[in-house]
Amino acid sequence: MKLHPIIAALKKHKAGVTLITLQIALTLAIVCNAVFIIGQRVERVHRPSGIDEQNLFLIQQAYVGAPTGDDAASIEKLDAMQRSDLATLRGLPDVESVTAINSLPLLDSSWTGGVGLKPDQQHSTEHAAYYFGDEQMIKTLGLRLIAGRNFTSSEITNRGFRGVGEPPMIIVTRALADKLFPKGDALGKTVYLDGLAIPSTIIGIVERMQIPASGSWGNSFVWNSVLQPVRLDANYTRTAVRARPGRLDAAMSEARDALFKDNPMRVMENQPDIGIGIMPFSEVRARAYRADIGMAILMGVICLILLCVTAAGIVGLTSFWVGQRRKQIGIRRALGATRNDILRYFQTENLMIAGAGVVLGAILAVGLNLWMMKQFAMDRMSLLYVLVGIVVLMLLGQGAVFAPARRASRVSPVEATRSV
Amino acid sequence: MFAYYLDLALRSLKRHKALTGLMIITIGFGVAASMTTWSVFRAVSGDPIPWKSSKLFVPQIDNWGPAGHGPKDTSNEPPDAMDYTDAVALMRDHRAKYQSAMYQIGSAVTPQRVGQHPITAGGEAVYSEFFPMLDVPFKYGSGWSAADDEHRAQVAVISSRLNDKAFGGGDNVGKTLSIDGHEFRVVGILDDWHPQPQFYDVVNTGGFSEGGGSLFVPFTTAIANSMNNNGNTNCNATPKEPGFIGLQHSECAWIAFMVQLENANAVRDYKQYLDNYAAAQQQAGRFTWAPNNRLRGLMDWLDFEHVVPSDTKISLYVALGLLLVCLVNTAGLLLAKFLRRSSEIGVRRALGASRREIYTQFLIESGMVGLAGGVLGLVLTGFGIAGVSWVLPRDIAALAHIDVSLLITTLIVAIVATMLAGLYPTMRAAAVQPAWQLKSN
Repeated sequence: MKLHPIIAALKKHKAGVTLITLQIALTLAIVCNAVFIIGQRVERVHRPSGIDEQNLFLIQQAYVGAPTGDDAASIEKLDAMQRSDLATLRGLPDVESVTAINSLPLLDSSWTGGVGLKPDQQHSTEHAAYYFGDEQMIKTLGLRLIAGRNFTSSEITNRGFRGVGEPPMIIVTRALADKLFPKGDALGKTVYLDGLAIPSTIIGIVERMQIPASGSWGNSFVWNSVLQPVRLDANYTRTAVRARPGRLDAAMSEARDALFKDNPMRVMENQPDIGIGIMPFSEVRARAYRADIGMAILMGVICLILLCVTAAGIVGLTSFWVGQRRKQIGIRRALGATRNDILRYFQTENLMIAGAGVVLGAILAVGLNLWMMKQFAMDRMSLLYVLVGIVVLMLLGQGAVFAPARRASRVSPVEATRSV
Repeated sequence: MFAYYLDLALRSLKRHKALTGLMIITIGFGVAASMTTWSVFRAVSGDPIPWKSSKLFVPQIDNWGPAGHGPKDTSNEPPDAMDYTDAVALMRDHRAKYQSAMYQIGSAVTPQRVGQHPITAGGEAVYSEFFPMLDVPFKYGSGWSAADDEHRAQVAVISSRLNDKAFGGGDNVGKTLSIDGHEFRVVGILDDWHPQPQFYDVVNTGGFSEGGGSLFVPFTTAIANSMNNNGNTNCNATPKEPGFIGLQHSECAWIAFMVQLENANAVRDYKQYLDNYAAAQQQAGRFTWAPNNRLRGLMDWLDFEHVVPSDTKISLYVALGLLLVCLVNTAGLLLAKFLRRSSEIGVRRALGASRREIYTQFLIESGMVGLAGGVLGLVLTGFGIAGVSWVLPRDIAALAHIDVSLLITTLIVAIVATMLAGLYPTMRAAAVQPAWQLKSN
C-alpha cells in the first residue's frame, strides 16, 4: 500500500491528527512511569523478610508504675519483670518459642548504627539495623543460620533501654557479612559498632533478615542486620512469639490472659496506632506495605482510565473521519478498492499517527522519569517499560480503530454518486 | 440570546449521543481523579494554623558541628531537633514572646473507673506557653501557669477523647489522673483539636498521626519524673552515661522547639540571639565551630521536613496528567463535532450571525459538556474519596473530605477546563467561510 495518499489525507486534518498524536504521546509517558511505579512497589512488597512469618505474633506492652530504668537496681527489677513474662509465655500450651526483641522486620521502629572495621572509626563502613534479643531469637523468628553458631543462654546480657555497651559477639546477615568482608571470610572476624573501640566478634551468619524500616530511607541498607545477645530493659517491652502450627489465634488469646493474670498493671489493650497490643505478624506486614499497595492500585486505576480514554478518543475521531470521507470511500470502492483495502487504509493511517505519538511519547516518558528521579529520588526506569508501552499503545490504536474502519469498509460504492 | 444558544447546544448534544457521552465520561473521570488526589494533597499540605503561621518559627542550633554530618552529607544543615542543654538554655533566656521546648511522651494512664485495664496515652511534654502560642482551644479549664513549670507541678491537660476514656466524659478539671504511676491534677480538657499535620512536633510525629496528642504535661515535670522520650532520638555519638539522665547530658537531638515572634524585627533579633548563644558556646569551648543556626518560619519548616509525603505529590501530578490527556481527548472530539457542523455554521453565518455569536454558541456548548462532565465528576469524586481510605495510608486518607469548596472547585475545574479544550475547536468553527459551505451544498 502506498503511504503518500494517507499522508496527503492526514494533512487535511492537521489539528485532529496533532491532538491524537499528543494524546497518545502523553498517555505513553504517563502509563510507562505509572507502571514503573507499580512494578517497583510490587517488587518491594514481595521481597522476603527472611523470617518465617507463619504462626508468628508480636506482643507490645508497657508496665504501669515500673521503675525508671536509670539505675542498676531498677534495671534489674525491669529485667526480672521481663524474664517473668518470658517464662509465663514459654509455659503456654500453644506456644512453641518466645524471644525478647526490640523490633521486627517491617515494624518501622528501628534502632540503627554504624558498623566499622577499625576501632574509633570516624565514618562507619556500613549502616545496619540492630536487633536485641536472646538465645531463642533465631528459633522464634525462623531465621536460617548458614554459618557459625547461635548465642547460648549464658551469653545473653541485659541492659537498660538507653544503656551503653557493645556486645562481645554478634550474629550478622549474609548481606552485611559480604559487604564488610567481600572475600567471604566474615565468620570469626572482629567489627566495631557505633564508632567505638569495643570489639565485637561475628560468631554466626544468618541467610537473610530485613531491617525494621520499610520506608525508602532504609533502602540503602535493607538487608544489613546485626543480632545482639542483649535483653533491653525498659517499662516498654516487645516480645516475639511463635505459636504451634495452626494455633496462632489460641496462642494469642492465651498470651493475653496469662500476662494480665500475672501482672494486671500493664498496658496491653490493642492500640496498634501507638504500638501497644498483640498482633499477628501478618498485620505488621500489612501495615508496613499498605501505602505501597495503595499506590500501586491508584496508579493501576489511573493507567486503566488513561488507556480507556485514549482508545475512546481514537474511536471517536476515526468515526468522525470515516463519516466525513464516506464519499471518497465510495469513489475508491467504485474504482475497484476492496473492502480489505479500505480497512487496511484506516489501520495504516492509525499506525502512522500512533507511530508518531509513541516516538514523541518515548521521549516524554524518559523525560518524565528523569524529572521524577530528581524530584522524588525515584530510580531510573528501564527502557523495557517504554518498549512494552509502545507495543501496547500501538495495539490499542489498532484495536480502537478496528470498529470504525470496518464500518468504513462497508460503505457501498453507491455513496460515490451521492451529492454529500 | 443565551437561552437560544443553550437550546442549540442541548439539541446538538442530543443529536450525537455517543460522542457527547464519551466526552462527558472523559471529563468526569479526568476531573474526578485530579480532584480526589487534590483533596488529599490539600489536606496534607495545607496551613494547619493559617491565622498565625507567619508568626511561628522553629530555631535550629548546630550542636554537632561539621564532623556530625556523614561523609555524604554536604548540606551543612544543623540537626532538626535540639539537645536538652540548648533547649533548656533557650527556655531560660526567654527571648521570644512565647516559646516552648517539647518532646513526645507515651504514658500509661490508669482510668478511674474500676475494672478497666490501663491505657496508653500519647502526647507531649511542653511548657505553659505552648497553649497560648498555638491558640489551643479548651473545653474545660485552661493550661497551667509559668509557676507550675517552675515548680514541676503534677498537672496535666488532656484531650476530650482521653477524658472520655479515663473518666467517661464531663468536666473533670481538678480531678486526679494516674499517669505512669504518679498522681496528676487535670487542669484543662481540650476541645476538638487535631491539627494535621501535627505541626508543632513534626520531628517526632512525622507530621501525621491518627489520634493526635491526647496528653500534655509540663516539660519540667516530665523530666523530673523521668518520663522517657517516646519520639526519635538522633545521636552523633553514643551518650557517655546510660539512661534518661545520660540522654539529657548528651548532645543527642530529641527535643522540638517552637517560638512566636511578632514581627520582622523580632525575627532578626531572635536570629541574632541564637548566633550570640552559639558564639558563647564556642567561646566556652563546647562548640569548636562558628555559629551555624537556622530560624525557619512554620511553613518553610514543614516544607523542609518534607511533611507532604512524596507519594501524595506523585499521585497528584499523575492525576493532573490524566486530566490533561482527558482535555486533549475532549478537544479532539469537540473539534470533530464542531467541524461536522460546518454547513450549519455556514448557514447561520450567511443569515447574519457574527463570528462573535458563533464563538458564544460553541463555547456555551463546550461549557454544557463541561457542566455535565463536572456533575459526573462530582459523583466519581465522592467514590474516589471513599476509595482513598483503602489506597492511601489511613492517617492521611482520613484527612481527605468533601466540603463545599471542593464541590464548587470540581464544577469550576470541569467547566473551565472543557471550555479551554473547546477554545481551539470553537476558533475553527468560527473561521468557517459561509460562502464555501453554501457552495458545496
